[in-house]
Amino acid sequence: MIKFLIKGLIRDKSRSRLPVIVVAIGVMLTVFLHAYITGFMGDTIEMNARFSHGHVKVMTRAYAENMNQLPLDLALMDVEELLNNLQQQYPEYAWTPRIQFGGLVDAPDENGETKAQGPAAGFAMDFLSEGSREADRLNISKSIVRGRMVQEQGEALLSDDFASKLRVEPGDEVTLIGSTMNGSMTMYNFRVAGTVSFGTEVLDRGSILVDIEDARLALDMYDAAAEVVGFLQTGFYDNEMALNTASSFNNKYTAAEDEFAPVMKTLSQQGSMGQYVELSNVWAVYITMVFVLAMALVLWNAGLLGGLRRYGEFGVRLAMGEEKGHVYRTLIYESVLIGIAGTIFGTATGLFLAALVQEYGIDISGMMEGSSMMMPSIIRTRITPVDYYIGFIPGLFSTVIGTMLAGIGIYKRKTSQLFKELEA
Amino acid sequence: MENNAIITIKDLTKTFPMGKSSFTALEGINLSLGTGEFSGLIGPSGSGKTTLLNIIGSLDTPTSGEALVLGHSIGELSAKQAARLRKESLGFIFQSYNLLSVHTVFENVEFPLLLLKMGADERKKMVMDALEWVGLTEKVKSKPPQLSGGECQRVAIARAMVKKPSLVLADEPTANLDAANSHNILQTMLKLNKELNTTFLFATHDEKVIGYLRRKIYLLDGKFEKEERVGEDEVELKEVESGRRLSK
Repeated sequence: MIKFLIKGLIRDKSRSRLPVIVVAIGVMLTVFLHAYITGFMGDTIEMNARFSHGHVKVMTRAYAENMNQLPLDLALMDVEELLNNLQQQYPEYAWTPRIQFGGLVDAPDENGETKAQGPAAGFAMDFLSEGSREADRLNISKSIVRGRMVQEQGEALLSDDFASKLRVEPGDEVTLIGSTMNGSMTMYNFRVAGTVSFGTEVLDRGSILVDIEDARLALDMYDAAAEVVGFLQTGFYDNEMALNTASSFNNKYTAAEDEFAPVMKTLSQQGSMGQYVELSNVWAVYITMVFVLAMALVLWNAGLLGGLRRYGEFGVRLAMGEEKGHVYRTLIYESVLIGIAGTIFGTATGLFLAALVQEYGIDISGMMEGSSMMMPSIIRTRITPVDYYIGFIPGLFSTVIGTMLAGIGIYKRKTSQLFKELEA
Repeated sequence: MENNAIITIKDLTKTFPMGKSSFTALEGINLSLGTGEFSGLIGPSGSGKTTLLNIIGSLDTPTSGEALVLGHSIGELSAKQAARLRKESLGFIFQSYNLLSVHTVFENVEFPLLLLKMGADERKKMVMDALEWVGLTEKVKSKPPQLSGGECQRVAIARAMVKKPSLVLADEPTANLDAANSHNILQTMLKLNKELNTTFLFATHDEKVIGYLRRKIYLLDGKFEKEERVGEDEVELKEVESGRRLSK
C-alpha cells in the first residue's frame, strides 16, 4: 500500500512537485531570515561589544553613572592589579583596559599652521602589548584603507572619512587637543600610521585610535583606564553568563561606600543594549511563529485544493471499502513525505543563500548616513546550528497541520452521495 | 438461477430531509436477489434506483424496513463494518470509470487487493487473471489516459471483479460508451456472471443494458412498479445478434 501511495505521489506532479516547491520556498525563507536576523542582530550586538560595551565592563561607580559623558576624572586607578584579579577570578573572559575620550584633531600644513581640524571620538586600546587581541577584535587589519596598523608608540589610526576631511595622509602628523583626567589641557602629537573604515557610520564619521600607553601619556592616566572590558572566550555574547559574572563581581563590593569602587555592568545593562538583546532573543521566535502560521494557511489552502482535485480518487477508494480513517491517515503520511522533502530542499537552499550573504554581505551603507547608532553597514547572515533544523517547524509541522485541516472533509463526506459525485 | 438469496429487502423506505419537510425516495420496496443473477433496477431519473443501489452497496442506510445484503443488515452496520463489507464482498462499476489516472492498468486493478492486504504473488496472479477476463493483458503498463473509453470501462470491470466479489453493483456502466463498446462491455460482464457465478445488479435506463438483463425490476417514483424475467435463451440469442452486429 505504501509503495502504491509513493508511486502515486511521485507520478502526480501537482500532488508532489508543487507542494514540495511551496514547502521548500517557505522553509528557505524561514532559514534565510533566521540566519539574517541572527547575523544582523548578532553583528550589531558584537559590534557594540567589541567597540564599546564589551561583554562585561568594569568601571568606577561614579564613571558608570556618567558613562555617556566619558568622565576621565572618574576613571579606574591601579588597573594592573585589577586586571590581574579579574584574570584570575574570571578566566573565561579576556580582559583588557580601554580609554574612550573626546578631543579635537588638528592637522597642520607644511608651515605648522592649522590646515583643518575636527572633533573626534578617541579610542585607546592595547595594540602593542605582546599577545593582545584588540586589533583582531576590531578587525583592524582588514579595515585599513590606506597605510598600515599602529606598530610603535606615537602612532595613530584615523577613520578614512575623517582623514579625507582633514586632508591627512599616512605619515602625516596630527595633534590631539583634549583634557587630561585631571582636567588640564593636553596637546599630543601622533603620526598617522593608516586610515581605517569600520563600515559603521558613527565610527567612520570621526575617530582616532591610539595605543593605550600613548593615551595614558597624553591624558595623564598612569596605571589608569576609563574601563576594563571583558570578552567571553567563546566570542559570542551570552547574556545569562554575563549577568552571573557581574552579579558575582558586584557582590564583593556591595558594602563599599567608595564611589571609585569598581562595578561591573553587562552589555545588556549598558544604554539601550538590554532591549536590543531581549529583542534579538525573541525575534527569531516571532519570525518562526509568523512563518509557521503563514505556511499553515498556505498549505491548508494547498491541501484543500489538492483534496478537491482528488475528490474522485477519495470517492472511489471509499466506495471500494477503504475506511475514512485510512484515507485520512494516508493523506497525512503523504504530507509527512512532502514536508520532509520540502524541508530538506528548502533548508539546503536557505543555507546556501545564507552562506552567500555570510561570505559577501549586503552593503546598506547608503541607508546608514547620519546614523548615530553603532550598526554594521554591511549586513551579514550568521549560520548557526538552529538553522539546520528550524525549517522543520514550518516545513513539516505546517504541512501536516494544513493537511489535517484540509483532510477533515474526508470525514464529512457522505458515502450516500458517492455514485452521484462519481458520475461527473 | 435464484438459489441462495444474497439480497433481501423488506418494506424498505428511504426519506431525505428537505428543509422542514422530507422527500421520500423509496417507499415499501420488497426484493430478493439470488446468487448469480444478472438483474437491473430500471426507471427514469428520480425513480430511486441509485438510492436503492446505494443502500444495497452499504453506502447509505434505509430510513425504515430492512436491507439484508450477504447476511448483513445494512441499517445496523457501523461505518467500519460497512467499509469492510464493501472491501471484501462488493464490487462497484461507475458510469465514469473513475480509474486512478496516475496509476497503470495493473495498479488500478490491484488496488482492491491491496486493501485486502494480500501477498504480492497472489495479487499479481489475481490481477492478471482479471485482466485476462476483460482481454487487457497487453495493456498492463498503460495508464488510463492512454486507453479508449471502452478499455477504461473494462479496466473498471476487472477492478470490480478482481477480488471475486459476491455482488457487483453497476450504475449506468455504459452511459459514456458508444453502442459497440456497450455491447462489448455487457458481453464481458455476462460472461463473468456465467463463469464466476457473480451476481450483477445494474441501475440503468439504457435500452442496450436492459436488453441483456435476465431480471428487470422497474421502479417509478420510488415505488416498485413491475418485474420482468427473461429466459436465458432470449439473452443468449441477443448475445448472438449483438455479436453479429459487432462483427460487421
